[in-house]
Amino acid sequence: MKAAVLVFPGSNREGDVAQAIELVTGRRPAMVWHGDGDFEKTDLIVVPGGFSYGDYLRCGAMAAQSPVMAEVKRRAAQGVPVLGICNGFQIVTEAGLLPGVLMRNAHLKFVCADIHLKVETSQSLFTNRYQGGQVIRVPVAHAEGNYFADADTLKALEDRGQIAFRYCAPDGTVDGAQGKAANPNGSINNIAGIFNETKTVLGLMPHPENAVEPMFGGTDGIGLFEGMVEALS
Amino acid sequence: MKARVHVTLKNGVLDPQGKAIGHSLNRLGFPEVGDVRQGKYIELELAETDEAKAKARLEEMCRKLLANTVIENYSIEIVGEQAGQ
Repeated sequence: MKAAVLVFPGSNREGDVAQAIELVTGRRPAMVWHGDGDFEKTDLIVVPGGFSYGDYLRCGAMAAQSPVMAEVKRRAAQGVPVLGICNGFQIVTEAGLLPGVLMRNAHLKFVCADIHLKVETSQSLFTNRYQGGQVIRVPVAHAEGNYFADADTLKALEDRGQIAFRYCAPDGTVDGAQGKAANPNGSINNIAGIFNETKTVLGLMPHPENAVEPMFGGTDGIGLFEGMVEALS
Repeated sequence: MKARVHVTLKNGVLDPQGKAIGHSLNRLGFPEVGDVRQGKYIELELAETDEAKAKARLEEMCRKLLANTVIENYSIEIVGEQAGQ
């Protein structure tokens, strides 16, 4: 699997995700600068975390209009898989590759913690190494992760099975008081990650790339990368 | 000409920043303050003399970049050359 990792001014997790990809593929991904309107063809495009363009105007808004994203949109339309993590999730929603928006966390604080996620489906090129309903532990680090979509969009996402991950308690409970306590940012329906309709674009706020080696404190994120390698090699 | 764009959150969209500002004002001795909504104000200098054309272009700017219409509304105001100087 050949991957490209985009780099914007203010990206800061591009190295982390590149390392995670290299760990499972043995191959360093191509690092692509935001000003590049064209880059080598790859099996996967990753939009990494950080604070692209200083989060000016709205997080992800400036990056979504950059030359490289125009090309990413073209390739996504042809079915090239795109993975947006954290700021990358914000960028792909601003670019219109995924519906909805990431708003300021409901409690207004930056949240940096290990959280639990319920994997909603194993039926995607991103999640095939997990079981549907499996609980994994990975970190989050963001101030704007509060997912919001209008009622019609939300219903469509739920009906079509486009929810990839939900924040949950360690035992997998999503609803009720416990579920609310396990929601780190106020996201509607506890949504932590979503797919597009064809499940070739995934956006998520948590950082699976920071849970790939025991020294990181957990390895639950490696399944995402191994699953992609299996699906795309 | 000069234009002013206001970007505000749509009704029903939670505005935690506005809420925090409201609470702070209440604490500071302004109990009359109820709901507070925070928005953005953007001033633009335009090389355009036709007001209708400018408005149409500003609409496009708002939809493409200045506002995220999933959660935000925008309003456009054209101000004369002299205003604000």
